[in-house]
Amino acid sequence: MLHLRNLSCGYTRRPVVGGIELGVRAGEFVCLLGPNGSGKTALLKTLAGILPPLAGDIRLDGAPLARRRARERARLLAYVPQAHAPVFAFSVRDVVVMGRAAQWPVWGGPRPADWRAADEALALVGLGSFAERLYTHVSGGERQLVLIARALAQQARYLVLDEPASSLDFGNQVRVLQTLRRLAREGIGVLMATHHPGHALRCATRVAIMRDGRLAPARAPDEALTAEALAEIYHVPFVVSDLPVAGDGAASSPIRVCAPIFN
Amino acid sequence: MSTTRTATETTKAGPGRPQAAAAPAPGRLATRARVAALLALLAASALVSLRVGAHPLAWADILQLGFPRFAAGAVTDRGTVVSLLWEIRLPRMLAAMGVGAGLSMAGAAYQGLFRNSLVSPDILGASAGAALGATLGLTLSLPVAGVQTCGFLFGLAAVMLTCGLGRAAGGGGHFTLRLVLTGMVIGSLFMAGVSVIKIMADPYSKLPAITFWLMGSLAATTRADLALLFPPLALGVTVLLLLRWPLNLMALGEDEARSLGVPVTAVRVLVLVGATLITSATVAVAGIIGWIGLMVPHAARFWVGPNHRDLLPSSLLIGGICLLWADNLARCLFAVEFPLGVVTCACGAPVFLVMLRRSQKTWAE
Repeated sequence: MLHLRNLSCGYTRRPVVGGIELGVRAGEFVCLLGPNGSGKTALLKTLAGILPPLAGDIRLDGAPLARRRARERARLLAYVPQAHAPVFAFSVRDVVVMGRAAQWPVWGGPRPADWRAADEALALVGLGSFAERLYTHVSGGERQLVLIARALAQQARYLVLDEPASSLDFGNQVRVLQTLRRLAREGIGVLMATHHPGHALRCATRVAIMRDGRLAPARAPDEALTAEALAEIYHVPFVVSDLPVAGDGAASSPIRVCAPIFN
Repeated sequence: MSTTRTATETTKAGPGRPQAAAAPAPGRLATRARVAALLALLAASALVSLRVGAHPLAWADILQLGFPRFAAGAVTDRGTVVSLLWEIRLPRMLAAMGVGAGLSMAGAAYQGLFRNSLVSPDILGASAGAALGATLGLTLSLPVAGVQTCGFLFGLAAVMLTCGLGRAAGGGGHFTLRLVLTGMVIGSLFMAGVSVIKIMADPYSKLPAITFWLMGSLAATTRADLALLFPPLALGVTVLLLLRWPLNLMALGEDEARSLGVPVTAVRVLVLVGATLITSATVAVAGIIGWIGLMVPHAARFWVGPNHRDLLPSSLLIGGICLLWADNLARCLFAVEFPLGVVTCACGAPVFLVMLRRSQKTWAE
């Protein structure tokens, strides 16, 4: 279990969000929603060991995260950052295999098993044929998929993602979310920051809302994401409604959608 | 090719089944062949550089040392060849290879560490420090070994000063940026010291020696120099080669490296120590030789890509080749010995411009 107790996060001693209480169990899919600048990324970076926690306590499977070495933490928790342009033109396969850095010997490099894990992870996000392409020469959405593949190659028990679907087209959004949901069902604990309430409604087992420097207790998606709650988060009116799905496909139960109302 | 289609195909193929063979990747053998080609070129260049110089040698001159039957075709007598090679050309060849290889690899490591391909190995003030140390040594009429030791120690001191002040310059992120800026300040401070010494130096006996040393030269290389050059060089090269994969991760970004389990601070310190050992040792022996450490990593990236697994050995080899040829030019081009630093700059600048035009493939942004 990934357990946050009274945690404060932020940049250079300036807390953005404090008093965080959250537990993510293995097999759970927790979505983190909140307006821009509310501290979602700060929290995720703190979990990934990029920012030091300003106060409070992070426990990963019982032991405090601060006591674990970087390698040990990376074997337990994988982090998917928002996609960005790197300086050097590594091949996609090289980028993905670097997700295995915590597995191979400190002074060495990837072993055959690591390359295999990288190839499997690439296939899992549908980029099997992209292995030898240059990471700098694929589109932003594909880069995001590569970063997700890298986190999958890490084979950690907890997966922490920062808006992984934000630059993906609808097809890839659905594929990534389905992959994450399946991983959660297989026993991975997923914590995902997102700006899409719809994604949270479809995937999350629980939703936590971050606002005004606080994190509200995580609740079931249907309870957390009402029209009133969404209007309060984003300061625009929302409509939340169940849409019947025509046809006899797998998704014949109604789909709950939410959308901001504006002219 | 559309991502969507690819995705559907692979989904059908099933994630459980490995898509490609484990290793090596298709491009792997080709990359190894490219590195091997560099090795062959370096060996050939080394042999040629034994022949050329103020007194050109024929192949038979050299071969007669090992095979008496070539003695008939030899132009130069055996004794002269032995002393020429043993006292002058061999040390000079080894020094040229070592200095070029070391500077290039240090440059590649710095560029990866700082994620900036405009960084050269003297970015943290190593060259400026060594220059001040060596000019001090020259003014004080120290013996050659003393001048070099002085240069080496001052080079190390300058980098340690940079790192110490960079750390002290405030908390928070952007340590790398602070380090580079502090390095520039320290570098110009030490170079100001060099200027002061030059002004005060005896214009007839000391100043020419100082000026020539500052422009870089291997003209006076002896076997004793090699003993000073190669131990720190070997140590630094070993450290950097062992860190090839952590360097790859650092090149992605320090935050990402940290989240992927790399002990970022330790790697950074080790890379700085390794590259600084190399740079200080080379500057102490050969003076200031610009361009190599900046240009060769680009050429190597162009040749084998940015993965340090291939980039570091390639930089090593290309650097050795380039400086060998630069030194061959320096001693053959004119009747007088030409400063090596001038040759590397004159050759490096146009090559660099050509590479910039073509480097879209390996250098984003």
